[in-house]
Amino acid sequence: MRKSVLALAAGLLLAGSVSAASAADKLKVGFIYLGPIGDLGWTYQHDVGRQALVKELGDKIETTYLENVPEGPDAERAIEQLVRAGNKLIFTTSFGYMDPTLKVAKKYPNVHFEHSTGYKRDKNMSTYSAKWYQGRYIQGLIAAKMSKSGVLGYIGSFPIPEVVSGINATILAAQTINPNIKVKIIWANTWFDPGKEADAAKALIDQGADVIMQHTDSPAAMQIASERGKLAFGQDSEMIKFGPKTQLTSILDTWGPYYIERVKAELAGTWKSEDTWGGLDSHMFAMAPYTNMPDDVKKIAEDAQAAITSGKLHPFKCPVIGQDGKEIECKGGANLDAGQILGMNFYVKGIDDKLPGK
Amino acid sequence: MELIEAIVLAVLAASTPLLLAATGELVTERSGVLNLGVEGMMIVGAACGFGGAWLTGSIFIGALFGIVAGTLMSLVFALMALGLAVNQVATGLALTILGVGLSGLIGAGFVGERITPAMHLYIPGLTDIPLIGRVLFGEDAFVYFSLALIVGVWLFLYRTRAGLILRACGDNHVSAHALGYPVLRIRTFAVMFGGACAGLAGAYLPLAYTPFFIPGMTAGRGWIALALVVFSSWRPGRLVIGAYLFGAVTILQLHAQGWGVGIPSQFMSALPYLATVIVLVLLSRARTGGSTAPAALGTVFVPDR
Repeated sequence: MRKSVLALAAGLLLAGSVSAASAADKLKVGFIYLGPIGDLGWTYQHDVGRQALVKELGDKIETTYLENVPEGPDAERAIEQLVRAGNKLIFTTSFGYMDPTLKVAKKYPNVHFEHSTGYKRDKNMSTYSAKWYQGRYIQGLIAAKMSKSGVLGYIGSFPIPEVVSGINATILAAQTINPNIKVKIIWANTWFDPGKEADAAKALIDQGADVIMQHTDSPAAMQIASERGKLAFGQDSEMIKFGPKTQLTSILDTWGPYYIERVKAELAGTWKSEDTWGGLDSHMFAMAPYTNMPDDVKKIAEDAQAAITSGKLHPFKCPVIGQDGKEIECKGGANLDAGQILGMNFYVKGIDDKLPGK
Repeated sequence: MELIEAIVLAVLAASTPLLLAATGELVTERSGVLNLGVEGMMIVGAACGFGGAWLTGSIFIGALFGIVAGTLMSLVFALMALGLAVNQVATGLALTILGVGLSGLIGAGFVGERITPAMHLYIPGLTDIPLIGRVLFGEDAFVYFSLALIVGVWLFLYRTRAGLILRACGDNHVSAHALGYPVLRIRTFAVMFGGACAGLAGAYLPLAYTPFFIPGMTAGRGWIALALVVFSSWRPGRLVIGAYLFGAVTILQLHAQGWGVGIPSQFMSALPYLATVIVLVLLSRARTGGSTAPAALGTVFVPDR
């Protein structure tokens, strides 16, 4: 009896050490998420990317994620926790993690970090983001075609360059279809508050907008537009469930291919600090199917998508005229350059509103 | 005219969850208990309310689920803060943290599902009256229930003996105890009422406001309800004013942005808070000249036997 217990214990010990050895062989990859995975938007799409990574390289890696990590000092602790747990490559998936990530990166030079949507880099810290304004341009074309009232409603989160460039790209596109198109902009001053997003959508519709676009995270606006029989665009993820007869398309964040590519580089030992800013051509995001529109509008959208992907069409093709009627300096040759788009802090001509803080 | 009607309807919807949660907290605080867990009880009410409605297809059952869930959460608080005499502030904060986590767990199964939202009332003739018809007779039942509830609470607090006793517990629990009133039992009921209201307020969000559940969808409304109770100086009448004022300024600032008034949106977003605080502080200074907080608010009571 005693012997068999000992044998069993030895067996367990052996089994334990074997599994520990195999775990040590696996590369540990960590993720820091801003919201809950169930936010149906930003964080959800990052986790879809992580799952794609696990599916592709699951036998070689082990992933860990921390969700609901607030931006700011708390983030530093969370990132450090992942480092201590043995993660060798860590993705921090929100703008506000920029400084905390940099701080931890300096402290642990042997760990590699990837920060999403920021601009600070280091030897062991890359950044990655997507050219969502390309998708906004396509949405602008569709919106101008589909709007009967000629008034578009736009729900912004915060007046930061990423959002402002999205609004400008939308309007520049819409003006090519209808030069007199109007846009009403409401800033929610939050990324996520379904009630407030719904209120903003109601206000826009009550003021005459019939196509609703949003740069906030929940499907609330889509759902209100659906209730009122208007049209809308989704955000970050597929929202057609909330408006089967309402969603025209949606910009879908597709982080999977990027995550797979970077982890493969890490496994091969070729990981380098880089600045990745990918567009439709590099599949950093995709457009949801073009729905609830006639075939001619669909064709316009598909043609624009193809032209942007091939590089023939640039949403910020010069001349770009500012609100004051003056031409914006064209630093990129035929287009505005990356710096001008990433730091965009002006509205283009045709928007009868003041950019907050201007 | 249609725009005014639309704005008033939006204000009613935006104010209702605040009014419901604040009504419950007002009664809780009037009994001398400070429960800072409103946000946590609300979000669990939202998750369970949506779950109930999604499983059964009935908004009414969903609302009941929300009420029961909020009450159960408040019982956790009562057990700690009243039964074991733990610090109320710490317990309330812990309840919020618990609620946020728990709601994510409960809601995980039905994130991304949608339901048919609560029907708007329709009374032939009355609802068709231009301008006021839809406002007075055409919103969902929660809106009118919340108003009936606050009237009921006012009658209870100021026109019934039981209400007087509850206020006595809040102002001086030692005296109330000496007179033979079961202070802890009364406070437990007050806490449960607060939990039920918070649960219903939370359930209102996925059942009528935005008919889906997402973790964190209460987005701080529980904290606003708590603040409203303080700024109303614990009076039901002012609570109604505060809740509707907050809702009204929230909606109006969105419209003002749409009209392009040209005031920075950051300032506009802060306006509901500013306006509500200023008006309620002015109101309380004009009449009584100072705070009328229940004297025993937040203090631990351990009866000596």
